[in-house]
Amino acid sequence: MKDIVLIATAVILTLAAAGAIVRIAVGPSLLDRVLASDVLLGIVGAALAIDMAVNRHLNNLVLLVALTLIGFIGSVTVARFVSDRRGQANDS
Amino acid sequence: MTPDATGVDAVIDAVTAVFLVLGALMSLTATIGLLRFPDLMSRMHAATKPQVLGLFLLLAGIGLQMRQWWVWPVLAVAWIFQLLTVPVSAHMVGRAGYRTKHLHPELLSVDELEAVVRRAASEQEEQTEAGAPKDR
Amino acid sequence: MSRKPISLRTELPLLIWLVIVWGALWRDFSPGNLLFGALIAVVVARIFYLPPVELSGRFNVLRAIPFALVFLAKVVAASCQVIYLAVAKGPKVVNAVVEVPLRSHSDLMVTATGHVISLIPGSLVVEVDRSTSTLYIHGLDIRDEADAAKLCKEVQDTEAGLIRIMGSKAELAALEAETAPPAPPAHTKGETP
Repeated sequence: MKDIVLIATAVILTLAAAGAIVRIAVGPSLLDRVLASDVLLGIVGAALAIDMAVNRHLNNLVLLVALTLIGFIGSVTVARFVSDRRGQANDS
Repeated sequence: MTPDATGVDAVIDAVTAVFLVLGALMSLTATIGLLRFPDLMSRMHAATKPQVLGLFLLLAGIGLQMRQWWVWPVLAVAWIFQLLTVPVSAHMVGRAGYRTKHLHPELLSVDELEAVVRRAASEQEEQTEAGAPKDR
Repeated sequence: MSRKPISLRTELPLLIWLVIVWGALWRDFSPGNLLFGALIAVVVARIFYLPPVELSGRFNVLRAIPFALVFLAKVVAASCQVIYLAVAKGPKVVNAVVEVPLRSHSDLMVTATGHVISLIPGSLVVEVDRSTSTLYIHGLDIRDEADAAKLCKEVQDTEAGLIRIMGSKAELAALEAETAPPAPPAHTKGETP
């Protein structure tokens, strides 16, 4: 049971991370990349949470909360930066 | 997870397994949305909503496995932080995207903000034009 | 910088939240730890002064629980909708930006409404006009005016639910006055010309 869950979630998360990285590489604009890296951060958080659930510990929980907050601060900062210089760079 | 679980343990383990796989699938959904949707705004829907549900399912899985009451408030705090931060960052990104014309107008059926933005922009121009001579 | 003194009552929800976070991060809900957390919460709230959130002082638990359950169901529905649209429609999805005027003018209600509707199916706040408390919402899969009207109604219903939970008395009275007329007509139909 444990192995099946681990393998299934590992495959799913790997596919998801690969897709997010493709969007980071392709993404036509800076904001698309920010969004995709936010999703990638969420996938890392999901991996941490699955590890905690399967192995029954809570060591990563604080890390998970910190990850959420860092992702939040990161995307808000970039979004502010982008909208501040909207006059000059429309093709960022 | 307990190996060779029986009775209640087996049921809890099965529910946890379903939650974990569904939670992982939510991340995959976000990625599919990111890759398939045509413009920034619809990608934003894909990036935010499945993440919230996915984290909820994963945290519920942890809670089911730990089986101690004090875990639930901890997990609730983690989820509430996500609930509070995700809409804000999505709004900031969306606002920046709208203002920098990342929107494809041909994909919008209704746009009631465009007229407001245009009016505000022209008012601002009038103000700067009216204000400029005064300064000199 | 002039500081308005904050009464303990308006600060209490913030302090309770800080104590819960403290306990959660230490994973220790023993009375001693919570007491120390409360001490730190008071010190933090005094040093890092922020403008107080104007709470209405009302909180209807009976209405909050069904609202929370409906909210959870909507979060699930939102993800299912995103899956469906991503797989079935993909690049052909049609969106809209809809203007939704809100009833309430308090910052807290506008923020709460914005948060909730950002998480329910197919809507995301793009821009807020604080002076008129109007939200501009980006809707996913809005093909025509009828869909836009439906989205607008859903947002206003959400706001009505939030007002019933924690809106001020004046807002609640306005809401009741607005929703009341459809109900009594059977009684007053004959009398009104």
